[in-house]
Amino acid sequence: MAALIKVGMADYKVGRSPSTLISYGLGSCIGISLYDPQTKIGGLLHIMLPDSTQARASDNPAKFADTGIPLMLNDVLALGASKSRLVAKIAGGAQMFAFANATDIMRVGNRNADAVKQILRRNGIRVIAEDTGGNYGRTVQIDLNTGVYKVKTIDRGEKDI
Amino acid sequence: MNDEFDLSPIQLDALREIGNVGAGNSATALSQIINKRIDMNVPKVDLVPIEAVPDLVGGADTIVVGVFLRVYGRAPGNILFLLPQKSAFYLVDTLMGREHGTTKKLDFMDESALMEIGNILSGAYLNAFFNFTHISMLPSIPALAMDMAGAILNIILVQLGQMGDRALVIETEFLAEDDGINGHFFLVPDPGSLGTLIKAVGVE
Repeated sequence: MAALIKVGMADYKVGRSPSTLISYGLGSCIGISLYDPQTKIGGLLHIMLPDSTQARASDNPAKFADTGIPLMLNDVLALGASKSRLVAKIAGGAQMFAFANATDIMRVGNRNADAVKQILRRNGIRVIAEDTGGNYGRTVQIDLNTGVYKVKTIDRGEKDI
Repeated sequence: MNDEFDLSPIQLDALREIGNVGAGNSATALSQIINKRIDMNVPKVDLVPIEAVPDLVGGADTIVVGVFLRVYGRAPGNILFLLPQKSAFYLVDTLMGREHGTTKKLDFMDESALMEIGNILSGAYLNAFFNFTHISMLPSIPALAMDMAGAILNIILVQLGQMGDRALVIETEFLAEDDGINGHFFLVPDPGSLGTLIKAVGVE
């Protein structure tokens, strides 16, 4: 039986085929998947904020892109994935409410997406697919058997990226 | 951790009581608009881990309608009024004088009506805060979204996430007499506002 493993907000999980990792209801948050197609090992991280250095000390590094990505990367490598084969797919980063005078915090989705891509690049990980922005929520799941990253929405259907 | 959240039982009680009066005002307002009795529970004033907040409304992937208002003043914060999709449709049918079950999708007028409800409830709620604290809190123009609860809650959680790992939520659940409508009303003070409110109430 292929296990469906739930990843909460500000959390991450790693695993191998035939598991599927899923995270529900991302708004401005971003779901970052890492996948090694040869060993079929991967992970899914659900971050809320771009940068831990602009926040007060937290007990939870998985909340931020800059601390969460290295954490998941280490765990995926420890399971036996190869860094040179790892590819990333990302989804989320929406702005859920339209406000004429949106403050920075309401536009955090964009900043999240930019930070995630930059940090992945800095760690030498290729981003091969992306579905970010917009004003709608997403549920994401990575099938560790195929590497397919499924993005579900409420009234914009679902797609595999 | 976050000193601001180290509240004494008396302080929590004070917040609960203000929330209670505020929610009472809001429930009365809603009841008058739709001409039905509205029950509410005693507000929960809870410190919860941020990642657990979506579970308060039935899980991150539950479809809800959220009306969001920013609160301005000396104790800024955010208000989010969440209705499960079914309740929102029921409320819209009631407001528009349509038969229940008519609404399957929100049009512009429906959204506007729900935002106005959010506006009225927030005004009634914040009035109670003013009576106790003499700090005026002004709500912004409302904004509306219908989507997954987790995604909608992001807007209030992200800001709190920057300051700590826990959220103080003052939450009330509304229930209409015929069970057609239930809703959750969240007031989430910004980091820093809580101290201002507590001080103004005068409970050390």
